[in-house]
Amino acid sequence: MIAEIEQASPIGQETRTRPVVARLTNASKNYGAVQALKQVTLEVRQGEILAVLGPNGAGKTTAVKLLLGLAAPNHGSVSVFGGDPRNPDNRLRTGAMLQVARVPETLKVREHVTLFSSYYPNPMPIADTLAAAGLTQLANRKFGDLSGGQKQRVLFALAICGDPDLLFLDEATLGLDVEARRLLWDQIRSLASRGKAVLLTTHYLQEADALADRILVINRGEIIAEGTPSEIKARPAGRQIRCFTDLSIAQVRAISGVIDVKAEGDSLLIQTAVAEPVLRELLARDANVSGLEVTSAGLEEAFLALTTNPESNGRES
Amino acid sequence: MSVTVTAILRPGAGRTPGHTAVIFLNEARYEFLKLARLPIYALSTIMFPVMFYILFGLLMNRGQELSRVGVATYLLATYATFGVMGASLFGFGVGLAGERGLGWLQVKRASPMPPFAYFFAKTVVCMTFSLIIVLILMTLGLLFGGVHLTLPQGMQLAATLVFGSITFCSMGMAIGFFAGPSSAPAIVNMIYLPLSFASGLWIPIQALPNFFQKIAPFLPPFHLGQLALSIIGADTRGSAIGHWEAMAAFALICLGIARIGYLRDEGKTYG
Repeated sequence: MIAEIEQASPIGQETRTRPVVARLTNASKNYGAVQALKQVTLEVRQGEILAVLGPNGAGKTTAVKLLLGLAAPNHGSVSVFGGDPRNPDNRLRTGAMLQVARVPETLKVREHVTLFSSYYPNPMPIADTLAAAGLTQLANRKFGDLSGGQKQRVLFALAICGDPDLLFLDEATLGLDVEARRLLWDQIRSLASRGKAVLLTTHYLQEADALADRILVINRGEIIAEGTPSEIKARPAGRQIRCFTDLSIAQVRAISGVIDVKAEGDSLLIQTAVAEPVLRELLARDANVSGLEVTSAGLEEAFLALTTNPESNGRES
Repeated sequence: MSVTVTAILRPGAGRTPGHTAVIFLNEARYEFLKLARLPIYALSTIMFPVMFYILFGLLMNRGQELSRVGVATYLLATYATFGVMGASLFGFGVGLAGERGLGWLQVKRASPMPPFAYFFAKTVVCMTFSLIIVLILMTLGLLFGGVHLTLPQGMQLAATLVFGSITFCSMGMAIGFFAGPSSAPAIVNMIYLPLSFASGLWIPIQALPNFFQKIAPFLPPFHLGQLALSIIGADTRGSAIGHWEAMAAFALICLGIARIGYLRDEGKTYG
């Protein structure tokens, strides 16, 4: 009976009672006129893997930067281990894998790992870090001689070498092949099972589903869904509105609550969480709307629509 | 009692001063390896002053005199200044611009590295390359140029130039915080080459048109060049104290500009 109850209780429920190690509270961040984050509240708890899922440019990287103290929020607050993320003691307990366009190429893998390990008072042995990142064979290669996936693994090694309690992985599996991705997933799971808190950003629903205890879906700086993978997948999340309108895609996109818009033939396909307020606005702004059709979309579908958004094919900014 | 101790010694709390010193040394060591293995840096910063010195100081103008010293001795002081300036502007400026603009500095900032260690390492390594350049030029001058320096003179020349490179490191830092990764080398060249010329590092200042003689006192390499020339016994302008004051003032201005760039970075995003 007890076993049954434990089985029935999803991991997400259990982690919700664990201590919070990092938190954003109503955090907003603007880069000039661009609002990268709008009043985002999120928590990462001890021993949990939190996936922040969203298309490129959704604000995932910005959220990570705020939590790392690399940027300050315009509004709201950031707290890591109950304090300022820039506090040196907190940095000693934090590891981060960020998107970086170029890493010094003339240093060898082992040298990079040795240097970063030396920042921490109690790092993992270098050999363990190299093994965990699958770099043992590559230790004496210069960074510049590595393939894209191998380079990602070095950045992962630098993030974990200090055996941190809190780990940020920003698009960690970008450019990895299937095997390397599996290896990384295993490492992330094993870190969480040792009580580490992991926040990872991804734009693959499949990755979030496979790894995370909780998923937070973010788009255009706003959290649009949150829950365990099964809750997220079960949510009758979105509504899809199809119509003919004189409004441009940009005009429709500007309507509050619109997640995504794309043209399909002469009609527009509008993704939204709740249809009614968007419909009200749409009809108010354009008297000539015709051919209205409202259907419900699963999150998978809604998310696919998000990630195939043509203007988000570039790098995350 | 033991509870308090374990609470204080929670994982990751604090660093000993010894550990911090180790980080600074490691940072400098790997910064050196990084640049020493980069042929474009190691070769261009060392080769250019060496080539110029061999050409103008050792092969041409043999046996001639310039403000009471041999040409080879005079140009040893000015080309060494030129070399020190290049090592610092390229090593610090171009290096910082690239690492900042392409996201690497951000990885470092997110890590527990003491932020000052990064700048310390770059300064120490630029000073090291400066010393290497000065020693190579001195050796060439002593062996092939008939340059006569006493040991204290040689040591004073090397120490002055290496210490003076701090001003150019500050300049490099200011450039590195504002220049983009791909434009930085061009910007450094646009500053480096005209400044060297106008400061009398290629052609003695007294041989330059009046215009340059007027603006030279506003250029940091002029002051370091004059300090170097006074050590090897050439005629110079102004007092040593005055030159050091000018070098310090330029360094402070550049550090102020760099600080603006450093603070500005927080509101920006890269990569």
